[in-house]
Amino acid sequence: MLSVEDLRTPLIGPVSFTLKAGECIAISGPSGAGKSLLLRAIADLDENNGTLLLDRSSRDTLPAPEWRRRVAYVPAESGWWADTVEAHFLSAPDPAELLASVGLADALDWEISRLSTGERQRLALVRALQLKPDVLLLDEPTSALDPPSVQCVEQLLLARLDAGCALLLVTHDADQPRRLGAKLHHMKEGRLFDTNSPQASP
Amino acid sequence: MSGYQALSYWDLVAASVFLVLNAGFSIVLRLGLTRNLIISALRMTVQLLLVGLILKLIFNAGSPWWTLLAAAVMVAFAGREIWARQERRLKGLWGPGLGAGAMLLAGSLVTIYGLAGQIRPDPLWLPQYALPLFGMVLGNTMTGVSLGLDTLHTALTKGKRDVEAQLLLGRSRWEATRPATRQALRSGFTPIINAMAATGVVSLPGMMTGQILSGVDPQEAVKYQLLIMFLLGGATGMGVLGATFGSLWRLTDTRHRLRLDRLSGGK
Repeated sequence: MLSVEDLRTPLIGPVSFTLKAGECIAISGPSGAGKSLLLRAIADLDENNGTLLLDRSSRDTLPAPEWRRRVAYVPAESGWWADTVEAHFLSAPDPAELLASVGLADALDWEISRLSTGERQRLALVRALQLKPDVLLLDEPTSALDPPSVQCVEQLLLARLDAGCALLLVTHDADQPRRLGAKLHHMKEGRLFDTNSPQASP
Repeated sequence: MSGYQALSYWDLVAASVFLVLNAGFSIVLRLGLTRNLIISALRMTVQLLLVGLILKLIFNAGSPWWTLLAAAVMVAFAGREIWARQERRLKGLWGPGLGAGAMLLAGSLVTIYGLAGQIRPDPLWLPQYALPLFGMVLGNTMTGVSLGLDTLHTALTKGKRDVEAQLLLGRSRWEATRPATRQALRSGFTPIINAMAATGVVSLPGMMTGQILSGVDPQEAVKYQLLIMFLLGGATGMGVLGATFGSLWRLTDTRHRLRLDRLSGGK
């Protein structure tokens, strides 16, 4: 589904990998290894070179906004440009069901300034899912969540994987890749290594 | 209608008495303002005397080239001021060029329009009309442009995450930067809007006061002032719009990325 070849920026790469529909790759690695920069480069937020294909259509042939709607990146800390939660969501499709699934059923009326970090994290994910992307690039999507919320989010992600969405995940939670059935990759000094080690299988 | 009352240099010395008194208070009360107060007053005196001298030379010369040269010097100073008033600036030639360019375009267009269309001196470039008018237009446009650019650059830098959040949801660079743009335009327009709102009620504008003091009928002076205010408002608006959208265009790219790497400065 998503194929990345020779992706490089001044700070990372070259990075190559492919991500199939319904597949999940989890990237671990020390801080400063370039994990977030890799996700930013795939989303085309920073200048970068490389061949990226989504279902055989090249990224260069797609306008950047369309690419980002189909390959959705949710940073570790998202931005909020308006005062209310509702202003950050599309009115259609109705976000109510998605919000309820992460335990934030009546969040639309809330003010952004009163949200906790964990609430923001879940809202940012829902905001991206509303666009029904083909590929999800998630940077530590559960880092600020309590265990029940982590479970909600992981169930939501598993349902997306079942529906054919591909998932590229940066995580420091050692057990999360197993729970999501993810392949393990490791990032070090801007390079990505396939590390599907035996201890990953249950 | 009374004539014009000329001042002697002794009148000026007498008028400065209260300022000197303030300096005296500052010494007695150890306010530490004495130095600044005296230097600013001296600087102003020298600058204005020089300007008076130069303007007189230019008026006497009656040459379009000297007039143009004076206008160019004014643009250079105003452009430098726009550059200096920004905490974060565009890198390269864009830094000094964009603000000064927007100001120059808007300012010249409006000045020439006002001279050719309404004031109609003969010849058109007559320095007695062209230079003061151009100066007022430049001064106001300069303030607006520098405020607009400074606000835009700060808003984009501090709000990088917010802009990118919108980009990531598949919005265009223009949509994603709209909150910052709105903030910048508002800040650039505010001084001229405030000036228009307060004019005549709180203070009489300098130019109108000058005309009244030199014996012009107040109603005529008001007409002149209104004309100038309309021109100033128009020039400031165009300058601010041009500079803000120019900078926005430079700080994003065709792949709809925010390019803060093209900005320097700021801590």
